[in-house]
Amino acid sequence: MSILINKNTRVITQGMTGKVGQFHTQQCRAYANGENCFVAGVNPKKAGENFEGIPVYASVRDAKAATGATVSVIYVPPAGAAAAIDEAVEAELDLVICITEGIPVHDMLKTRYKMAGRKTLLIGPNCPGLITPDEIKIGIMPGHIHRKGRIGVVSRSGTLTYEAVGQLTVLGYGQSSCVGIGGDPINGLKHIDVMRLFNDDPETDAVIMVGEIGGTDEEECARWIKDNMQKPVVGFIAGVTAPPGKRMGHAGAIISGGQGGAEDKLAVMEECGIHITRNPAEMGRLMQKVLRG
Amino acid sequence: MHQRRINRDADNWVRLRLRADFGAMILERVVQMKIHEYQGKAILREFGIPVPRGQACFSVEEAVAAAQSLGGPVWVVKAQIHAGGRGKGGGVKVAKSLEEVRQFAQQILGMQLVTHQTGAAGQTVRRLLIEEGAQIAREFYVGMVVDRAAQRVALIASSEGGMEIEDVARHSPEKIHTVRIDPVTGLSDADAAQVVRAIGMPDAAGAEAVAVLQGLYRAFVGKDAMLAEINPLVLTADNRVIALDAKFNFDSNALYRHPEIVALRDLDEEDPAEIEASQFDLSYISLDGDIGCLVNGAGLAMATMDIIKLYGGSPANFLDVGGGATTEKVTEAFKLMLKNPGLKAILVNIFGGIMKCDVIAEGVVAAARQVSLTVPLVVRLEGTNVDLGKRILADSGLPIIAANDMADAAEKVVSAAKG
Repeated sequence: MSILINKNTRVITQGMTGKVGQFHTQQCRAYANGENCFVAGVNPKKAGENFEGIPVYASVRDAKAATGATVSVIYVPPAGAAAAIDEAVEAELDLVICITEGIPVHDMLKTRYKMAGRKTLLIGPNCPGLITPDEIKIGIMPGHIHRKGRIGVVSRSGTLTYEAVGQLTVLGYGQSSCVGIGGDPINGLKHIDVMRLFNDDPETDAVIMVGEIGGTDEEECARWIKDNMQKPVVGFIAGVTAPPGKRMGHAGAIISGGQGGAEDKLAVMEECGIHITRNPAEMGRLMQKVLRG
Repeated sequence: MHQRRINRDADNWVRLRLRADFGAMILERVVQMKIHEYQGKAILREFGIPVPRGQACFSVEEAVAAAQSLGGPVWVVKAQIHAGGRGKGGGVKVAKSLEEVRQFAQQILGMQLVTHQTGAAGQTVRRLLIEEGAQIAREFYVGMVVDRAAQRVALIASSEGGMEIEDVARHSPEKIHTVRIDPVTGLSDADAAQVVRAIGMPDAAGAEAVAVLQGLYRAFVGKDAMLAEINPLVLTADNRVIALDAKFNFDSNALYRHPEIVALRDLDEEDPAEIEASQFDLSYISLDGDIGCLVNGAGLAMATMDIIKLYGGSPANFLDVGGGATTEKVTEAFKLMLKNPGLKAILVNIFGGIMKCDVIAEGVVAAARQVSLTVPLVVRLEGTNVDLGKRILADSGLPIIAANDMADAAEKVVSAAKG
């Protein structure tokens, strides 16, 4: 097992025919069972055509009906990306992964509103995607740094996720699934949602969570972990040295009830029993230490 | 990573980067564009919110002429900079004669205005707003932000106007009233009226205040704002409601659909290094330390700053070159960092994903040759084709210090910076 995706997942690529979509579709197909997983693309102007044998459909609904795919990945440019998510939600896919960076926040507010009560889960936007090593890679992460194994990774950043994965792999610890949830203020699954999935996954033994300054998602996840998590969690927060701005808070901090600073987050995480490190080079070794008891 | 290319093609402005957000207490991964008070008031006026009559001025003569045409007996002379706390810093004065307008305009124009938001160096005042005076009976606070937890726009209002809202939140949280707004129905009459009553606005001004809140919400959504504040919103002796100040931050990712907002950009208010960086699609923020950092990815860039600090050093900048670390971008990044006279060493930390390490290494070597490096350079490469990349660095003949991992890199660059 793994979380969210495995070698049997069938994927629609929205924005497949663009330059970015083409490149990453090739990369994803070349990884593990990718050849069988990536079954459809969507482009209303190119319906009936194909990209290297992958058929292009006019809509997500058509692609789903023709292939039985339940997941989509989005490389559509920012101005149209929120509408692409809406289309996947309306087609009642199980999961949509939005890689696109730079979607206007107000577009995402409307999209998230429309998603309320719908079955579709969203990962991203502005994220590297997710991977279940040796089975399937959906997104832009380098596949070769991963190994199949029993550690879950959840992170808000891209290259820092690779850093955590790379450290685990070098130490001989493979990964069950790695999820990049993205750095945007308005997004889909949060740390807490992914942590729940890892907790329930019998093939995950422990989790590395990588957060960063801003918002209070890490604190919420930490409090949930304290009461519910059955597995050890190692945590790092990027931005301890980010310079404080020119005043102590703003309306956003009043709303969220937290300061969003790295030290605040680390303090809450530590209180909640997460094994934290302030050294980004030590995420893997700390996990090793925790697992060896 | 290739997303960045799409964005650049679409609009050089339209991208996420990490920077100090005006009014926020910490760095966040959302770039927000700021404007001046007088520009914010023009937007309020466009959405039907009453503001004092006023005029933006760039010289003392313009200021006096503006005061003359507005008519007396009282004027307010206000420094226009992209930072709050202007009054306490001496940037806002009430003038009771044209002579005083002249005197205050002379004082304020060109001054280095230091506020709690500008840093110790302050900000040069290049623009003034000359406004008619208002008869203030009471002051309120009204603000809107994107509430990431609720995934809604939140309206915040308080009876305690004219003060720092975070101070109010700390000392009298019961005086803060908040409504999360439904994006489909907008700010309803009932919700707006309830907030207006809660902050103690008299009934006689209730309808006007409701119109202000609803206008502000329309402006917030219509202009893709991330933050809007009217502080203070004042009640006059004759029960009129007027916005005495206006602050807007806009979502940079939405500027492609707001040329009218882009036109309001004031480059004098921005760090020249950051402006230059943005032209090359680099995310750059100047900091106080002496170790330059060049990293791909915002999270890894922050983590690199963190580890430098952990090993006893101090970062001179935040710099995210994004996914495509081309020779051109790396060269420009080196040039930017080397403009800092206090720079003692540079750390390049790249986790090559799809981007291959040999390509990055070639870029680093070419860039280092082109800028004739004067400080030690530590390079840590990881990812695809890392061995080839390391060989290119070693064979270059340049005095590049190779590092094996982040910890090794931090240790080496901190020791190099200490000479």
